[in-house]
Amino acid sequence: MTKSKTITPNSQQTTRRGALKTLALGGTAAAALPMWARYAGAQSAEPIKIGFQVHRTGIGAAYGRWYDRTTQAAAALINEQGGINGRPVEIIAEDDGTDPKRGAEVVEKFANQHNCDIGFGTLFSHVVIGSAPRAGELKLPYFVVSEGHHVASGMLNRYTLQPGITDVKSQVQAMAPFVASNLGKKVTMIFPDFAFGHDHRDFFTAAIEAQGGEVLEHIAIPPTETSFTKYFPKIPRDTEVIYHVMVGPAVLTFVKELGEFFGPQRPEIFGFIDSLEAVDIGSPGLEFLEGTYFWEGNPRYAQADQSSYDAFFRERVGVDANGASVSDPKDVSTYAHMFGCWETLHVVKAGMEAAGYQSTADRAKLIEAVEAMTDMPHSNAHPQGAKVFNGKTHQVFGHQYITKVTDGKLLLVHTTSIEDTYYPDEVDYTTQPL
Amino acid sequence: MDFGPYLMLATLEGAVTAAVLALTASGLALVFGVMRVVNVAHGEFFMLGAVLAWWVTSWLDGYAALGFALALLIVPVMVGVLAALADVTVLKRLSYDPERTIVATIGILYILQQVTLMTYGPDARPVTPPFNTRLALPWVEMADTGLSLYWPWGLSITSYKLAVIGAAAGVLAALWLLMTRSKLGLMMRATEQDRDMALAFGIPVERVYALVFGLGAGLAALAAVLIVPIQQAHYLMGGDPLLLSFIVVIIGGLGSLPGTVLAALLIGLSDGIISVFFSPTLAKIMATVLVALVLVFRPQGLFGASRA
Amino acid sequence: MTSEVRKIIGLHGGVLAILLLLQFVLPAYHHGNLARIMVLATYAIGYNLLFGYTGLLSLGHALFFAAGLYGMGLGMTQLGLSAGGALLLGVLAGATVGAVIGALALRTEGVAFMIVTLMFAQAGYLTVLYFGAYTRGDEGFVIQQADRMLWGFDLSDPSNRYFAAFVVFAVAFLAPLTVLRSRFGRVLIAIRENEERAMMLGYDVMRYKLMAVVLSATLSALSGAAYGLLFGYVGASFASVQYSIFPLLWVLLGGAGTALGPLVGTVFMFYLIDLSSGITTAYMLIAGVVLVCLTLFAPQGLMGEIRNRFWRWLP
Repeated sequence: MTKSKTITPNSQQTTRRGALKTLALGGTAAAALPMWARYAGAQSAEPIKIGFQVHRTGIGAAYGRWYDRTTQAAAALINEQGGINGRPVEIIAEDDGTDPKRGAEVVEKFANQHNCDIGFGTLFSHVVIGSAPRAGELKLPYFVVSEGHHVASGMLNRYTLQPGITDVKSQVQAMAPFVASNLGKKVTMIFPDFAFGHDHRDFFTAAIEAQGGEVLEHIAIPPTETSFTKYFPKIPRDTEVIYHVMVGPAVLTFVKELGEFFGPQRPEIFGFIDSLEAVDIGSPGLEFLEGTYFWEGNPRYAQADQSSYDAFFRERVGVDANGASVSDPKDVSTYAHMFGCWETLHVVKAGMEAAGYQSTADRAKLIEAVEAMTDMPHSNAHPQGAKVFNGKTHQVFGHQYITKVTDGKLLLVHTTSIEDTYYPDEVDYTTQPL
Repeated sequence: MDFGPYLMLATLEGAVTAAVLALTASGLALVFGVMRVVNVAHGEFFMLGAVLAWWVTSWLDGYAALGFALALLIVPVMVGVLAALADVTVLKRLSYDPERTIVATIGILYILQQVTLMTYGPDARPVTPPFNTRLALPWVEMADTGLSLYWPWGLSITSYKLAVIGAAAGVLAALWLLMTRSKLGLMMRATEQDRDMALAFGIPVERVYALVFGLGAGLAALAAVLIVPIQQAHYLMGGDPLLLSFIVVIIGGLGSLPGTVLAALLIGLSDGIISVFFSPTLAKIMATVLVALVLVFRPQGLFGASRA
Repeated sequence: MTSEVRKIIGLHGGVLAILLLLQFVLPAYHHGNLARIMVLATYAIGYNLLFGYTGLLSLGHALFFAAGLYGMGLGMTQLGLSAGGALLLGVLAGATVGAVIGALALRTEGVAFMIVTLMFAQAGYLTVLYFGAYTRGDEGFVIQQADRMLWGFDLSDPSNRYFAAFVVFAVAFLAPLTVLRSRFGRVLIAIRENEERAMMLGYDVMRYKLMAVVLSATLSALSGAAYGLLFGYVGASFASVQYSIFPLLWVLLGGAGTALGPLVGTVFMFYLIDLSSGITTAYMLIAGVVLVCLTLFAPQGLMGEIRNRFWRWLP
């Protein structure tokens, strides 16, 4: 394969650009076109290749579709603005089947076959953990958008970073003050019986105790479960707040059966929107959620005081004010997570520009440049809100949002400070060799 | 919740699981009994039933009950025809060799799953139940004045869940009548007992096979249509029903219909009731090992007659 | 030495030599793939021993693979073993699990054997999740690069990894080949062909079958332990049903009961998915269609068809 063959088949824009480049090389006078002119000044108009590990199939497919759309929108924007260091960005997407084994293979493919500059975009924690060792060995900068605590826990390596989305530990502990002071101090937790659920169990239990509250009961649901009513009697009578976080296709059933169980008299209910990402709040059976609270990484419904950055982000990705696709109002986005792809790509751009990134030989410089970052102001590049990056733990910290279901819409009732999400460092990746 | 009401709730929930499982598993048992093949794609026919139910009901947006009734009528037929086609084009040409059939049906499993992903997408989509009233249930307690009724917190079921139990029982009764009283049932039973003899008596065995395979898949699809207003349609939902149906068919004695229904009751109810006593994941582990051990020490199933 | 034996030695020695030499010519991507394929083919060889030669179709081999994977991984993270010790622990764990499961499951046969193995594997998968405090459940854990040192070799280095994978594969490839030509192997094949006759000839069929299960489980565990050590990750997805189906597919594709079949099937399936995922997102659709077509048109698998048509001496 020759080096000039870098056209992505699924992006019209890149195709056109590729064609233009060929024209330019042929000496044809195409200089009238501004896009071409911008790239022509750079030392090399070879695209920056970003390997995008996407969950197209498997259990993560509903998320993967929206991660894909957000990523394509961000790349298009960056290219419109002149690319990175004068070079266009090319997204090379490979499906990982939401499987850690395939994930590791895909990372190898990015590094060794596609000759990508970086790997990017993984969501599900087991895929991240399965892939990261290979990224580290291949010295491929690996930017994950997973919200897992795996990066900051020190389990991974210097080449793995999470600069675009906060991790579960900071999300969960930032919820405790609000829950304890507004909803109640006696909590029952319902979570899936695997690592993601265990993180919630451990981090929230500690955080609510620090607020003078307590968890009365931990109800772990087996991962293959499809019916839930039989677990609800374990909820103690004196529960003031139910804290729920479920993932997977059965979550709608979970919420519906919770409603049917309690009938008209229910305790306060606080949940992580992960339970209902890509699900319409207006779905039949979810009326019960009226008046309950949710953590949202980024509020799905455009709020009254919506920032211009959020409006810009929605417009570019193609999401309406209700968090659904502009072309199909029933196609609800994974709004609380997908901004992470957008922000991560902008961090990559900023990092590459700061490092003067030219080729794959500069990968280590890119890592150091990102590690040197700290404040990320609320902007078009960071539409979810301002953030602070911790270069030692490779993890970003930011505001968290709590919304309440009001007339079938999620309305913002509380925004945590960034400080609420801090916890002591558990690792210093900068001490590891590059 | 007090122990008594809790146990009753778990039993009711177990009964819903058991009803749907009995339908799904009897489809698998029928295919295994008559054709002696293991259909690994059975769970995908279940999944197709749910997905198609969503599709059919979406034609009649706003008329939930009508859409659901329509789905109940035509979806099992659609899935059954598809399965019969798979039988004629693939399984027949494998001469129903048990091992090759397993591999071929694994292939069909992947095909159905991926085609669903490509067309229907990765989302879990709900179907509105035709009716759904929450029914609070009473419980008795010893008061100073003797026995008295009260309404425990959380003890309830919905009218739709009760209807699912009723519908499953009705379909199973009809299936039993079909197998034992009709001419078609006679042909099936004859084929089951001795394929060559059946051929000699002029029974169109190949057509019986296609019919049985379609009927088996149709039963799975019917179970899925019934459950989809409670759960949701999702392209990966076929795995669990397949595994559970396997268990039920084995425990029930490999192809015997009454045995299968009994086993479905046992598995469905115990699934609900065991979760009362143990941590849920531990309960699943114990139930799984227990079923495996039943098979090890009673290979003919709990309700099957010894084959030896 | 008969000409047939010479041919067999020539072919299989040749295959090993080619695998050894390929590392010097393959581009980095395929170099890495082949290392992975050799480890997975070891799993397939273990499976083939039971399915292809003894005629026992298990749907629960992921349990053995996972026993090796977790025996190795937990040995390192919980017991602080070195890479060599952990590898050994993984293999031993697989053999032990194989002996226990074999002793129970072999009381059944046919479809019941399939289901019993499937259920034990499912229980094993849930057990991994249940002990999430040690295993990190579905998320799994990383075997750190610094710990992946065996006799001074850094196993995360591509050349070392390739060579280690080659050694694992070669052991697994040659062991059954010699075992099957021994009396033990002939008895296994006799059991596959006609169990009652083997019994009548005075063989303790049960004991032979159990030995076959243990050997098969040991090779599967070796593959699992090596996979974790070479690629640095231990996770519950490797214990799921899917990973019980994979070796069955590889063996059937390559040809059950042939020595080369497991390798051929693993290579074929790996590149089928790798290449088709570049063409369509629904690459499993292509895998499904290929499976159906193979069962229709090449029921003996690739090597089985070659044996039937050209090389009748193929083991």
